[in-house]
Amino acid sequence: MELITLTLWDLSLAALLIVALAALSFQMQLGLSRSIFIAALRTVVQLMLIGLVLKLLFNTTHFGWVVLVAVVMLLAAGREVMVRQQRRFAGVQSFALGTLSLFISTVVVTLLVLTVVISAEPWYSPQYAIPLLGMMFGNTMNGIALGLDRLTQTAWQQRDVVEARLMLGQTPQQAISDIRRESIRSGMIPIINAMAVAGIVSLPGMMTGQILAGAAPMEAVNYQILIMFMVTAGTGFGTIFAVTMGARHLFDQRERLRLDRLQKAIV
Amino acid sequence: MKTLFIKGVIKGTRKGNTTLSCLQINNIQTHHVGPLSLTIAGDAAVSLRGQSGCGKSLLLRAIADLDPHQGEIVLDGVSCQAYSGSQWRKKIGYLPAVSQWWADVVREHFDDEINHAQISEWLVALNLKPKILDAAIATLSSGERQRLALVRLLANRPQVLLLDEPTASLDPENVASVEALVAEYQRQKGCAVLWVSHDHQQLQRVATRQFVIAQGKLTEQEATWN
Repeated sequence: MELITLTLWDLSLAALLIVALAALSFQMQLGLSRSIFIAALRTVVQLMLIGLVLKLLFNTTHFGWVVLVAVVMLLAAGREVMVRQQRRFAGVQSFALGTLSLFISTVVVTLLVLTVVISAEPWYSPQYAIPLLGMMFGNTMNGIALGLDRLTQTAWQQRDVVEARLMLGQTPQQAISDIRRESIRSGMIPIINAMAVAGIVSLPGMMTGQILAGAAPMEAVNYQILIMFMVTAGTGFGTIFAVTMGARHLFDQRERLRLDRLQKAIV
Repeated sequence: MKTLFIKGVIKGTRKGNTTLSCLQINNIQTHHVGPLSLTIAGDAAVSLRGQSGCGKSLLLRAIADLDPHQGEIVLDGVSCQAYSGSQWRKKIGYLPAVSQWWADVVREHFDDEINHAQISEWLVALNLKPKILDAAIATLSSGERQRLALVRLLANRPQVLLLDEPTASLDPENVASVEALVAEYQRQKGCAVLWVSHDHQQLQRVATRQFVIAQGKLTEQEATWN
């Protein structure tokens, strides 16, 4: 099967859909036109850049470059986790918590898959490592951001309840247990749902891309199953780690609830 | 710096068969309140009143170690720093004006190993039926919840009671039942009581010493005995 190459004209036609959506948003006074244009522009610029980077990487296969790209992706995802929270930990703690959670979950799972499951030669082969990391970061980032946002928002809203439990002599882990559980669930449910409907309601993006690029459907399916399992495990571990660490950081050594450690995001 | 010190026993002492607890607050300072010093012996109930926003609740929160503070809080000669926060708050029972509930049914808010006979006795003393433990929180009035919150607090057998306008949502009959139960618990347990209220008459009924907090300072008022 031969790949049909998309031209600039083809992409321009697709861009017209975005222009139409922005125009409708403007007409309905949704206040989203600017955001739509900026996001679309970011998509084009960022994807073009990563295309160039991948082209260079595939030609060199140098470990250092792969690590550099992975670090840039990790830091960008860590920042994205931070800015998506309405109430976040003050200072660098919010960025550090998100980035550390992403690192532990995403990098460990991806390394495991690259070395044990795919066994590419070399194992850090950019053709496999960069796309896998990209999909892992993208999905894990969502789960961690959702979980942390739910944790900090709910702790803020239910301050009286958490403190009432502390007043009765409960430990911080007991006092925040319900909020922690719900936060982890809110971070994990979207990816579990995505896994549940894959192939029936939705055809996942990577598999669709592979099929469009001419890969045999069963090959694409195998890779998609691998990706779904990786992403779900990474999102789950990352969300559990981030929310657990975040919940601990809401209390000080005297087991007091310290909401003064949170700051409201400036929108 | 003006501090007020009520001389009292330093360690838990005995009165009859009851060991009296002694709470010492030394130069405590939190937000714009303090520094304040106060000692409450186990056979004493101290009242605290003052205008809204004067820092009564902040002081109680600091004693319960819910807010960062300066100064020292000592119970029966042992500093609160010697305990973890949760251990300390088991000893220092703090009842706010509005009770909070997190599970669906009342019973879920009590430990499994509670003394059922004792709980039932307290419920009856507060004009509540023991079967209320199986009621859904959503079906209870604010007054019922507030009285249940007192029972839930007493189930921890605290050595100190910090009561922050505990009867604000209650009718006169139930106000009397709460006052009577607190007095009976104090007699049995020998606990120290710090009672905050805007009701001057109530404070004269329930407390042996009266204090007013204003502009971050504590002043003792002459008690009027009924």
